[in-house]
Amino acid sequence: MTPKPTLLKIFDWLSVICLIVATYLALVFAPTELVMGQVQRVFYFHIGTAWVGLLGFIFSALLGIVYLVTKDMKWDIVEVAAVEISVVFFFITIVLGAIWARPAWNTWWTWDPRLTTAAITELVYVAYFMLRAGIEDPDRRARFGAVYALLGGLSAPITFMAIRLFRSIHPVIIGAANENQEKMSMSGDMRVVFFFALFAFTVIFIDLFWNRIRLGQLQEKVERLKLKVM
Amino acid sequence: MIEVKKLVKRFGMKAVLRGLDFNVQPGEFVALLGPNGAGKTTFLRILASLSRPSLGDVNVAGYRLPNQAAQVRARLGVVSHLPLLYADLTAEENLDFYARMYGIPDAPSRMTEVLQMVGLEARRRDLVRTFSRGMQQRLAIGRAVLHDPEVMLFDEPYTGLDQDASSMLDEVLKSVAAQGRTVVMTSHDLARSEDLATRFDVLSRGVIVASASRESLGNANLLTFYKQALAA
Amino acid sequence: MQLRPSFLKATLAVVRKDLSAEFRSRELLSAMLVFSMLVILIFNFALELEPATRKEVSAGVLWTTFAFAGTLGLNRSMAVEKDRGCLDGLLLAPVDRSAIYFGKVISNLAFMFIVEIIVLPIYSMLYGINLFNPGLLLVILLGSIGYIGVGTLLASMAVQARTREVLLPILLFPIVIPVLLSAVKASSGFLTGAPMTEIMPPLNLLIVYNLIFLAIAFMTFDQVVEE
Repeated sequence: MTPKPTLLKIFDWLSVICLIVATYLALVFAPTELVMGQVQRVFYFHIGTAWVGLLGFIFSALLGIVYLVTKDMKWDIVEVAAVEISVVFFFITIVLGAIWARPAWNTWWTWDPRLTTAAITELVYVAYFMLRAGIEDPDRRARFGAVYALLGGLSAPITFMAIRLFRSIHPVIIGAANENQEKMSMSGDMRVVFFFALFAFTVIFIDLFWNRIRLGQLQEKVERLKLKVM
Repeated sequence: MIEVKKLVKRFGMKAVLRGLDFNVQPGEFVALLGPNGAGKTTFLRILASLSRPSLGDVNVAGYRLPNQAAQVRARLGVVSHLPLLYADLTAEENLDFYARMYGIPDAPSRMTEVLQMVGLEARRRDLVRTFSRGMQQRLAIGRAVLHDPEVMLFDEPYTGLDQDASSMLDEVLKSVAAQGRTVVMTSHDLARSEDLATRFDVLSRGVIVASASRESLGNANLLTFYKQALAA
Repeated sequence: MQLRPSFLKATLAVVRKDLSAEFRSRELLSAMLVFSMLVILIFNFALELEPATRKEVSAGVLWTTFAFAGTLGLNRSMAVEKDRGCLDGLLLAPVDRSAIYFGKVISNLAFMFIVEIIVLPIYSMLYGINLFNPGLLLVILLGSIGYIGVGTLLASMAVQARTREVLLPILLFPIVIPVLLSAVKASSGFLTGAPMTEIMPPLNLLIVYNLIFLAIAFMTFDQVVEE
């Protein structure tokens, strides 16, 4: 068995440290938001996990295209890794969002574009895994997975736009806010925590992604060894 | 007519065909024998352009697969153990559909010709749903020869047929072969193959392990040859 | 005789074959129609369709009905190809794979339209709403194209999986949500007489979705049917 690369080991430790620091910053360092109070602290992780989920989602769609063009199984392994990480982080995002929404909007769930799109995206992933589970031939499984990841990646932004045709109450954090949306303002310290959380989750994403790809490669190796023995 | 060099087909990491070499001269009728799971159907699906080779060269009727698949398909007729026919269409409508898919000129007269050949002229306006298994299989052959292909592939054509239906199928297959076509047939029924084929190849564990023409086999028993090939 | 049919001829051959088989057996259409009627009846009990809110709710009820009936039709239409090896028969023909895709799309669309043409007047009659609005018909046309376009591609994947019929709605619904959403929005806009400025965004979205997804399906269909 190939030993774990040193860089990956460094990333493992870095992720743990980042997570601890981000937790400290979010829970202790960041000032309490005036309107929403303590619960606003969940927002830093909410954004962090959402960012990672989105990243994995975009990766999986692009990797789907790469697989369909190259037909090289290694891209399928990477694609599955991206989808798996995304499905977990999107789930965390939705749960954190609900925790935030309860005091902020006085409801666990609203049919806001972002929330709804996140939920639908989560369902696309579940469907993705159900599709893969139903196919025996690895090449066909990889091809169908790639086509479906591509379709999902294209439909998600359109779903978002479609739901946006209805009114939204989700605050816009960065960039231009619509006139009908409340804008959340951040102090300097909050910004530090916000960007550190983004950085921390990016590191965690890279680490998990790398480890998951490695796991996929090892699984493939085990299959190959099994065939040799038989 | 068919040239296959070092063909490898993998499903995932499992290699079904492992460096298979196979050549067929025009007009030959090759029976491809082998136990279940030897890779016969996989091999035939690759020749039929339905499955892509993982490695190796495959040429059928002078065209390379998979790049020139469309040219190969126009010169190829396939009969499998599934009928490839629509149950809710009549015999005639099924043939008419495939005639359109192959762009056959003067389809009505060709259809009549084919229906006579497979002995279903009287049932041309009946739904395929009402046909017996044997009749469906004969119509499937009619469908496969409709565009007058140079190469024909039969994948276990006798599956599910009774004695009478098999004998009738024999006649049809003989007349198909008699028209100078190149035929490759997989079968585990040695007796049927013995009557029809001019050459016998044994496929085992993804490669051709033995090949003998009818002449070289002489008076020797096909079953003996087959068993020796598998034991080697 | 090495002639190959043109793209259009091959597409039309598939459509002609599907239509004549269906007009003989009427299995698919009758299943879709009976199912549509049942869905509308169930909605009647579930939603207590009051005269006052009918106009707003009707668009949603209609599109849900079409979507459910549509999966039934799509499943059946692809299962017919798969069961007796006919899909192989299609793939063995010297025609472009996308011609087969468009042929299946057109015949599935035809079945969908037939169901819609029958359901609409019945719904009008049952609930006393005039559904013969050219705008609404346009939305139904565009929405059905998007739904069937993606549905045909996904149905040809689903029939090759172990779980088959169960899989199609699970694969299809999350992907066609933009179609259903904008179709419902545009339909209710037309039914309630909303201004065109409100109806145009969902209509544009439908057109954009259709163009993108038909193009993607066109490019990926051969990957889905070949080995």
